[in-house]
Amino acid sequence: MKNIKFLFVGVIFGLVLTKTEAVSWFRIQEMFRFQSFHMYGIIGSAVVVGAISVYLLKHFRLRSLDNEPIIIPSKKFNKGSIIGGTIFGMGWALSGACPGPLYALLGAGYPVIIAAILSALLGTWVYSYLRPKLPH
Amino acid sequence: MQWIFEPWPWYVSGPIIGLTVPILLILGNKLLGISSSLRHTCAAIAPAKIPFLQYNWKEESWNLFFAAGILVGGFIGGVLLSNGQPVAISAETIRDIQALGIQSFDGLIPSDVYNWETLFSARGFVVIVLGGFMIGFGSRYAGGCTSGHAIMGLSSLQWASLVTVIFFFIGGLLMTWIIAPWLYTVF
Repeated sequence: MKNIKFLFVGVIFGLVLTKTEAVSWFRIQEMFRFQSFHMYGIIGSAVVVGAISVYLLKHFRLRSLDNEPIIIPSKKFNKGSIIGGTIFGMGWALSGACPGPLYALLGAGYPVIIAAILSALLGTWVYSYLRPKLPH
Repeated sequence: MQWIFEPWPWYVSGPIIGLTVPILLILGNKLLGISSSLRHTCAAIAPAKIPFLQYNWKEESWNLFFAAGILVGGFIGGVLLSNGQPVAISAETIRDIQALGIQSFDGLIPSDVYNWETLFSARGFVVIVLGGFMIGFGSRYAGGCTSGHAIMGLSSLQWASLVTVIFFFIGGLLMTWIIAPWLYTVF
């Protein structure tokens, strides 16, 4: 099962998100009210470590384990960054979670979160359905 | 080993989260991103002839394994390794949240909003169902969520991701400071 390794990385990711309380509705409230450095420290240090890593991968032209060149496709800007980004941000602040924390909270013993996950699936489906009619 | 039960500081968790970017690239040229799992699930269970959902989601199944792992990690961190203490947010945040009418500070999320009874009340429906819907709709419309844009996108210095993250924050600030206070008085 070649995908088991990604399950394992997910376990570490979910464990860290939960133990550092980034999955907490309270921490998201605190972040958007600028009342603590905690969430900014997490996101900021993650980006710094991620950026240094990506630079090193590119600089040394490292290859993936299956010996493929490592490729990072560029994300194209469109109006979705603005409209979708704003809608996502409102949902993030309202529910106090984003997709990773939703899965982590379900595992952490909050079964009612399944309702938020199903709603997020519905939102994804409705976007997919309306996509041809939305500005991009 | 007592530290493992305490909340982990940002300078421990942030760098580990950042390291998932190169780890996923090295393990198989995978781009960190979690909201994609919602799209793959839609494509698997309800494609409904929608063009955006017509692709071989099985080729992206690594992402569903990653998402399942996050759930397991949540169990280990939130149940097995929990010290059971309330989240140590600042006193000002506690005061501001109490002003919204929320009294429960015991868990990772407020149980007086997140429970099966309130789910069918206006407040619970807005926070859980409408909030969840906006997360799914908005992240796909924006082409990614916090992990794909803020962590992966900014780590690879993509300006489209920087713009998107700025609008994540604009939306979040609008909700926190203007819309939510109004919603909580109405519902």
